[in-house]
Formats: sequence, C-alpha cells, structure tokens
Amino acid sequence: MSEAFIHLDGVKKIYRTRGEEFLAVSEATFDVEQGELVSLVGPSGCGKTTLLKILAGLHGFDAGTVRIGSKAQPFNPARDIGMVFQQPLLLKWRRIVENVMLPTEILGIPYDVARKRAYELLDLVGLKGHEEKYPYELSGGMQQRASIARSLVHDPKLVLMDEPFGALDALTREKMNLELLRIWGESKKTIIFVTHGITEAVFLGSRVVVLTAGPAKMADNFEVDIPFPRTLDVRNTEKFGEYTRRIYRLLGME
Amino acid sequence: MSGSNEQLQRYALAVLSHLILIAAWHFFVVYGKVPKVVMPTPYDTLQALVTPNYRWFENIAATAIEIFGGFLIAAIFGILCALLFSWFRWLEMLAMPLLVSLNMIPKVALGPLMIVWFKYGIWPNTLMAFAICFFPIVLTTARGLREVEPDLLDLVRTLRGSRWQLFTKIQLPGALPYIFSGMKVAAILAVAGAIVGEFLGSERGLGYLMLQVQVTLDTAAMFMAVILITLLGGILYGIVLGLERYFVVKDARIR
Repeated sequence: MSEAFIHLDGVKKIYRTRGEEFLAVSEATFDVEQGELVSLVGPSGCGKTTLLKILAGLHGFDAGTVRIGSKAQPFNPARDIGMVFQQPLLLKWRRIVENVMLPTEILGIPYDVARKRAYELLDLVGLKGHEEKYPYELSGGMQQRASIARSLVHDPKLVLMDEPFGALDALTREKMNLELLRIWGESKKTIIFVTHGITEAVFLGSRVVVLTAGPAKMADNFEVDIPFPRTLDVRNTEKFGEYTRRIYRLLGME
Repeated sequence: MSGSNEQLQRYALAVLSHLILIAAWHFFVVYGKVPKVVMPTPYDTLQALVTPNYRWFENIAATAIEIFGGFLIAAIFGILCALLFSWFRWLEMLAMPLLVSLNMIPKVALGPLMIVWFKYGIWPNTLMAFAICFFPIVLTTARGLREVEPDLLDLVRTLRGSRWQLFTKIQLPGALPYIFSGMKVAAILAVAGAIVGEFLGSERGLGYLMLQVQVTLDTAAMFMAVILITLLGGILYGIVLGLERYFVVKDARIR
C-alpha cells in the first residue's frame, strides 16, 4: 500500500498556562487520502480546532508524528493550505474578487492569472455577478462562499475548514452543506472539516474522525459508506442513523 | 434616481434648518428690541466685516495657520508614533502609559507655560492645537493597528506572508477607519486649542481680535469672529470627512 497523503500518529498537544497543564489533543491517529473530505467532530474542548491548527503548521505539538504529503504527493506547506474560518473574515475595504485574490498577492502569483482564477472560483461557489461588490453588500452565507473561493484561489492541495457554517442559520447551513459537496466534487481537493454538528459531519464526510473531551482524545475514525453525490434525503436512511447514533454513543449522549 | 433625490432632499433640509436659525435670530433681535451691544442682527454681524481696522484677513490667516498647522503636525506625528508602537512592542509598553498620563493634563493649563517658553505669537498657539489633537490620534490609531482578527493573522501565517505584507494588506487598511475617527475628534479639538491659546496671549488671530473688540463692546464683531472660527473648524472637519469618504469603504467607517 502506498503512503497516505496525511498521516497522524499518536499526536498529543498540551497547553501550559501559569504552570497548569491542559491536555488539548491526545491519541490522534488517522490517515487521510488525497481527495477525501474528512469531518472532525466533537464537543467544544475536544481539541478539533487545535488539531486543525497543528495540520496548518500554526501550532507545534508535544508528541507523535504529523506528516503531510509523500514522494508521490508532494506538499509545500506555504502554498498548499487553504483555510476557511467560522467567520468569513473578508476585508471590508476590498471588493469580493480582491478579497478572493488575497492569498495570491501574498504568494506573488501574477495579477492577471490570479484575477482570472478568482472569477472562475466565484462562479464555482455561486457568486457570479457579485465579483465587484463589497462584502457588506452580501449576506452571511454569500460571504462564506467568497471565503471558500479565497481558500481555493492559490490551488492548494489541502483545505482546512474550522466550523465554516457554524455562524449561519439552519436553512442556509443545509444549503451550504450541499454546495460544499458540489464544490468538493468539482475541485477534487482534500478537505478537513471541523464541526460540532453530528449530522453535518456524517452528511459531508467521506470519513469521520470523532474526538471526545475531558480528557481530550480521539475516540473513533470510520469511513462513511454512503455514495456521493448525496442529497439531503440520505439523512433519513437507516445507515445514516446508524452512523449518527455511533457518534452520539461515543459522546455519551445516547 | 431615487437615491440621489433623497440625498438632495437631505441637503435641502440641512440648509433649511440653518436658514431658520438665522431668521429666528434676526426676528428675535428685531422684535425683542434687544440692544445691539447684547446681540446684533445677522446683518449687523455681516457689517462688522467691513470695519477696516480689524484686519480680518490677517487674523483669519493667523488662526487658520494655528488650527491647520497644529492639526497636521499632530496627525503626522500621531500616526507615526502609533506605527512605531505597532512595530516595536517594547516601545509601546514603554511610552503608552506615559502618553495616557500626559493625556490627563488639561492642555489648556499649559497655555501660560507655553507663553513663557515661546513668547506670544503663532507658535505657542499652534503647539496648543497640536497638544490637544495629538492624543486622540495616537490612541485611536494604535488601537486600530492592534485590532487584527487572530484568524486573519493565521491565514497570512499559513501562506508564510511577511510582516510587511500583513501590515500593508491587512493592518494599515484595517486601521484607517480608526485613524479617521481620531482625526475627526482632533479636528474639533484643534479649533478649541488654537483659540484658547489666542485668549491666553497673542497679538494676532480671531481669538485675539475677540478680546480687542470686547473692550470696545463691538458685539457684532465678536459674533463675526465666532462664526469665522466655526467656519474654519467646519472646513477642517469637512476635509477630513472628504478624505475618509475617499479612502474608507462605507461599511468600514466608524461614526
């Protein structure tokens, strides 16, 4: 078997504040293949965001191994990570297309290439015709679409999403779930998606990694055997129910 | 378009309210038989402008230099200081508490000192305007530069963006609304600073003129001086507002 795109083994992270130690992540061991959409699900304090930041190279860790990329799948941490946060965090003073182009400016990608790509991506995320607007002219859901386009503009191999739909209303959230699956299908990116929504995690993920809190540790890692493309109806199937019950059980909420 | 129509209506109403005030003033004086020494009519006030020995132009110029000069120096140094603070944290930790303490000094109380140090003239008054403008600009600019979303910082860090890129693309444009908010406050204070300076000791300027005509009970000229001072402040405020409209996107402006 060839090497996985992402490989985590026994990753452990401890925060130290004023002499006190706090275990943020432990026993995180899982592989992610290229092109997978992996949901990281768990309650607050389970270390899912910390794990995401470790993957992004923003945090160090205290034990274990983290490897992204392999000989067959080279990975450049400076260029191959896209990030989406809970808030869209668009720059108010930039037009939507200019916001999407921000990473390309930092990486020094030529303007014309970047602009063309930004336009294509805004079309992909369903914002055609809004390119030259300012963020305040867009709804929350539309702003989050723009921030997804921004995470893709430099063509990264890995996109890290930290509860990207957590701040949206329930209806918009469902719509964005469908949109994300479509975008993922078309862009063929590897996505790691952090959420505390169990239904969302199962619905989106080709694989689900469950983290529990107190103490923080990885509790489960399973493949979701529901074929893509998925529609909202799959949530009513018996199989879907089994997956969500499995997670609820792990979180002690049965 | 209905948008521009509405705008026009708003301007019209704004002008109207000013005209109403002037009319009310006029009728109050005329029908209330208010003595001219107490309150002149708007027309009398305007007439004061043609009194030749008041050297209006020279006095307006002096006050304008103090207000605009003090403000400009404060804006330049204030923004520069805040930038240095954001680049060198130790400098901020060293100097910011001091600035906060110095800000507690009622700047007006420094007037007599300034006269001792710089004699009468335009300089001490410019300095007074500067002293009173400087703090709000430094404090708001420093705050604006500090307010960077931690997640945006992460975004730039994952892309291995430089400190300079973070500054030019996110920090500085993000601080602009704060800078303008500080400058708007400062624009109004600058006028007060310059005039108080002139009251305390000066040989030119509208504040100086007011003290002169007070002695001769030329109330109309005093009214005119107040109006001109207000106009100078209004012009400065308008310039700052115009620049803000040009540089800051509508949604980002701080009111």
